[in-house]
Amino acid sequence: MTDLTLGRATADRDRLLRLLQEYGVYLGVVVLLLLNTVFTPHFLSAENFRTQAVQVAPVLIVALGMALAIGSEGVDLSVGSVMALSTSLLSLYLGYGAWIAVLAAVAGGIVVGVANGALIAFVGVQPIVATLALMVAGRGLALVLLPQLKDVRNPGMAELGSGDVLGVPYLVLIAVALALLVGFVVRRTTFGRQLLALGDSRPAARLAGLPVRRVLIVVYVCSGVLAAIAGVLATARLTASDPTSLGTLMELSAITAVVVGGTPLSGGRVRIGGTVAGAVLIQLLTTTLIKHDLPPSWTQIAQAVVIVLAVYAARERGKR
Amino acid sequence: MTADVESPVHTVSTPEEEALGAGRSERLSALAQQHGALVTLVVAVIAASLSFDTFLTGDNLENMALSSAFLAVVALGMTFVIVTGGIDLSVGSLFALGGVLAAWGSRYGTVVALLLPLAVCGLIGLVNGLLIARSRLAPFIVTLASMLGARGILLSLTDEGSTTYLVDKDSFFATLGQSTVLGIGAPVWITVALFVLGAVVLRRTRFGQYVYAVGGNEDAAALMGAPVARTKISVYTLSGLCAGFAGALNAAWLVSGVTILGTGMELDAISAVVIGGTLLTGGFGFLSGSLVGVLLLKVIQNVINQIGSLDSAYQQVVSGAFLAVVVIAQTWLGRRRRVL
Repeated sequence: MTDLTLGRATADRDRLLRLLQEYGVYLGVVVLLLLNTVFTPHFLSAENFRTQAVQVAPVLIVALGMALAIGSEGVDLSVGSVMALSTSLLSLYLGYGAWIAVLAAVAGGIVVGVANGALIAFVGVQPIVATLALMVAGRGLALVLLPQLKDVRNPGMAELGSGDVLGVPYLVLIAVALALLVGFVVRRTTFGRQLLALGDSRPAARLAGLPVRRVLIVVYVCSGVLAAIAGVLATARLTASDPTSLGTLMELSAITAVVVGGTPLSGGRVRIGGTVAGAVLIQLLTTTLIKHDLPPSWTQIAQAVVIVLAVYAARERGKR
Repeated sequence: MTADVESPVHTVSTPEEEALGAGRSERLSALAQQHGALVTLVVAVIAASLSFDTFLTGDNLENMALSSAFLAVVALGMTFVIVTGGIDLSVGSLFALGGVLAAWGSRYGTVVALLLPLAVCGLIGLVNGLLIARSRLAPFIVTLASMLGARGILLSLTDEGSTTYLVDKDSFFATLGQSTVLGIGAPVWITVALFVLGAVVLRRTRFGQYVYAVGGNEDAAALMGAPVARTKISVYTLSGLCAGFAGALNAAWLVSGVTILGTGMELDAISAVVIGGTLLTGGFGFLSGSLVGVLLLKVIQNVINQIGSLDSAYQQVVSGAFLAVVVIAQTWLGRRRRVL
C-alpha cells in the first residue's frame, strides 16, 4: 500500500517536472510579462512592445538556424561572424542595388554554411571545432572586406529597417515568417524527419540509408543563410555596417534561446515554439534588468545563470 | 560530441596487414601528428627571417616571447582540459578578470595580487568542473556561461569597465612582470618553468595518467577505477587557475588591469593546443606541442604585422584557415592511426 502511494507520488513529481521542462519557458515569459506590467512604468505601450520585438528579431532568426544545428547533434559557433560577413558584403555591393546586395550577403552565408557542413559531414571534424575555425576566419574576412564602420544610405534598406505594415515592423514580420517556415520544415517535411533521425542517432540514420552527409550540409547552409539574413536586417535597422561588433556573442545568445526553449543539446529534437519563447525570455530578462537601472554587468551574470539553469533542467530530457 | 561511426568498421585488421608496411605508415602519421607543428614552426621562422631583416632582432624576438608567454600559460591549462575530451571557453574572460583582480589587489601587496586572482579564477574553474563532472552538463555550454558570467563580474568590479586599476610601478609585483633575467623577461622564465612542471605532471604522475584515461574512454576509465569526476573537476580548476595566473602576470607586465583584454583568447588557446597535435576528441596530446602551437600563432601574427600593407584582420583569416587545415590533417592522420 505504501509502495503504491510512493510510486504515484514520484510519478506525479516526474510528470510535474516534465511539464515544467516542456513549458517552463512559456511560464517564464508569462511571469516576466506580469512582473513588468506591475513593476515597470510605461511597460504596456505599443511602442515598447514594438521596440522589444525589433530588438529580438535578429537573435530569433539566428536561433532558428542554431536550433536546426543543435537538433542534428551539432552546434554552429560561426553565426556571429556570418552576420559580420553579411553586413560587409551588403555594404560592398550596395552600389549595384539593394537586391543584389542582399543576395551577395546571403551568398556569403551559403558559402560559410557549405564550408562548415563539408568539414563536419565529409571530413568528420567535430561541429564545435569546424564552426570555430569559420568563426575566426569569417570575422577576419568581414574585416578585410570592410575595415571599419560604414553608413548604409539606401532608401530600400532604410525602409526595411524602420518601415512597418499596420504598425508591425517588417523585421518582426520577417522573423515570424521565418519561424513559421522553419517550424513547418522541421515538422512536415522529409528533410525535417531526416534531420531529427540523424540527430537522434547518426549511425542508425546512416544504416537506415538516410543521406546523412547531404542533410548535415543543408542544416549548416540553413544556419548560415538565416544568420546572413539576420545580419542584413540588423544592418538595415542600424543603417550602418559595423563588421567589428555586429554579431559578437550572437552565438551565445542564440544557443541560450535554443537551450532555454527546451531543445536538448544531445540532438534528435527541435522545438521551434520553445526557441521563439526562449529568445523572447532572454530579451525580456535583459529589458527588465535595464529598465530597473541595473548595470549591464548584472545582465550578463543573470544570463549566465539562466543558461546554466536551463541546461540543468533540460539534463534529464535528453535521456528520454 | 559526435563519434565517427566509420572507424569501428575498419578496426579489424589481420596481423599480416599490420606486418606489411602498415607499421611504417602508422609511425609516419604519428610523427606527422607529433612534430608537424614543430616542422611548420621551423619553416615559418626560417622563411620570416629570410624575408624580413627585422624579424631576427633581439627586440622583436623578446616581444614575441613575452606576448607568447601569457597565451602559453592559458594554453597549458587548456591542454589538460582538451586531453580529457572537454573544452574551456571561459579562459579569455578569466584572463581579463585575473588581470583586474591582480591590479586591484596589488595595493595590498604582492601576495594578495597573486592569490586573489588565483582564488577567484580557480573557484570559477571549480564551479565549471562541478557542473560538468557532477551534473553532467556539456562542457562547452557551461564554460560559455561562465565566460559571460566572469565578464559580468569584471564589469561590475570596474564600474562597467570605466575604471582601470593601476599597479604601483615600484612594487615587487610590477618587478615580477617587468624584470629580466639573463636578458629574458621574468614572465617567459615563469612560463617555461610552468611548462616543465606541467609536462612532468601530465606524463609522470598518476593524475596525468588519469587525465589521459578519462579522455581516451570515460567508461573504461571509470571501470578501471580512475576517479573520473575528480579528474575532470581538477582539470577545469587547473584551467581556471592558469587563466587567472596568466592574467595576473599580464597585469604585472602592463602595470595595470586592462579590462578589454582576453576577448577571443579562448579561440587562440584552443587553436594553439589543436595545432600542437592534441586531439579534440581527447585521450591524446602533449604540452610541448601546445607551446609550439602558441609560438607558431605568434610568428604568423608577427609576420602579418611586418607586412605593413596587410591589416591585422588578415591574421584572423590565416589563423582560422590554419586551424581548419590542421584539424582536417589531424582527422585524416587520426583515421589512419585508428585503422591499426
